[in-house]
Amino acid sequence: MSDAVVNPALTESQLVAAARAKATTASIFREFLIIGATSFGGVVPYLRNSLLTKNHWVDDKEFVELLSISQSLPGLNATNMAVLLGDRLRGWMGAAAAVVGVCLPGAVIMLLAGIAYRIRGDHALVTYMLKGVAAAAAGLLLSTVIQLGKKSLSQHFDLVFVLITVLLVNRLHVSVPRTLIAVGIVAILFHYPRKAAKEDASQ
Amino acid sequence: MNQIPALARVFAYLSILTVGGGMAAFPEMKILTVDVHHWLDFHELIHLYSVGQLAPGPNMMMIVSIGDWAGGLLGAAVVLIAFFGPTALLALIIGRAWNKLDKWPWRTSIQQGLAPVSIGLLLAGTLTMAKGAVTGWSTGGIALAVLLTMLWRKVNPALLVIGGAIAGGIAFMPK
Repeated sequence: MSDAVVNPALTESQLVAAARAKATTASIFREFLIIGATSFGGVVPYLRNSLLTKNHWVDDKEFVELLSISQSLPGLNATNMAVLLGDRLRGWMGAAAAVVGVCLPGAVIMLLAGIAYRIRGDHALVTYMLKGVAAAAAGLLLSTVIQLGKKSLSQHFDLVFVLITVLLVNRLHVSVPRTLIAVGIVAILFHYPRKAAKEDASQ
Repeated sequence: MNQIPALARVFAYLSILTVGGGMAAFPEMKILTVDVHHWLDFHELIHLYSVGQLAPGPNMMMIVSIGDWAGGLLGAAVVLIAFFGPTALLALIIGRAWNKLDKWPWRTSIQQGLAPVSIGLLLAGTLTMAKGAVTGWSTGGIALAVLLTMLWRKVNPALLVIGGAIAGGIAFMPK
């Protein structure tokens, strides 16, 4: 891996190694707390900006790799990334500092928002605005699904698995875990490791 | 009645379902929090989720409000730990094993196979949510406008949600 790179000039991996050596649990907590408090509209771009561009705690390749691990595990991307990055920096203490930091501001804000909603949520104008907010959130979600689909589906046939999953959950009301296991197993077997693909990868 | 054990159980279970994103758990979240435990109604759930899009940080933080409503501050804390704890631990374990799995040919198969299922779950959650949020021409128009804007341009989603609030305020205001 990155250990193999020996270069008199300061390479990206050396830069990252030097920056990582200086990371403390407190500095990890602080950085993730800032991300948690400022990441309006999605955490991942802010993670990238802070950890990669500003702090050099990861390089581009590792960031993309960690993101792909995050996406295939249960859990939100934001918190999975926090755990994975924190762990690489300072072990489980780093992971704990990162995940608490990234969650804390949003949690406090939503606690207060929930209380405010209870008090004022039935106010006429608030109700109208909430209808608009909910509609916007629905459009936003659909755009996220479409963009994610474009990026992470490896072939057109995968759309069949997407469709079956939606039908099972929304039309036939099969529970999410059953659907996940049943369709997941079929889809994984469908993508069984082919010899040809393996040879391609080794070239 | 003490809701704390039920909150812990429900949100720990939901956390495991968030494959691909928080929305994958939304259909089960609706059933458990609204239909089974009556912690809030469907519209409140949709409103909380949507308002949550304006808050920074991970996008399912509205679970904290549900915890607070059902069990006070302790409920909020329990929900937070139950929802983020198990998956954080799993990410820690798998993250460490990941490099060792590098040569295991099924790793790619699992990733490629789970991708369409997780997108299907996200889509199912989105449709469940949209069914409650898009109720007529005005809300449909707002949703479509946001969708098209996001697909055509790079805009901060939080701004579009604020736009939705303004549009909603204008569209539904009694004349």
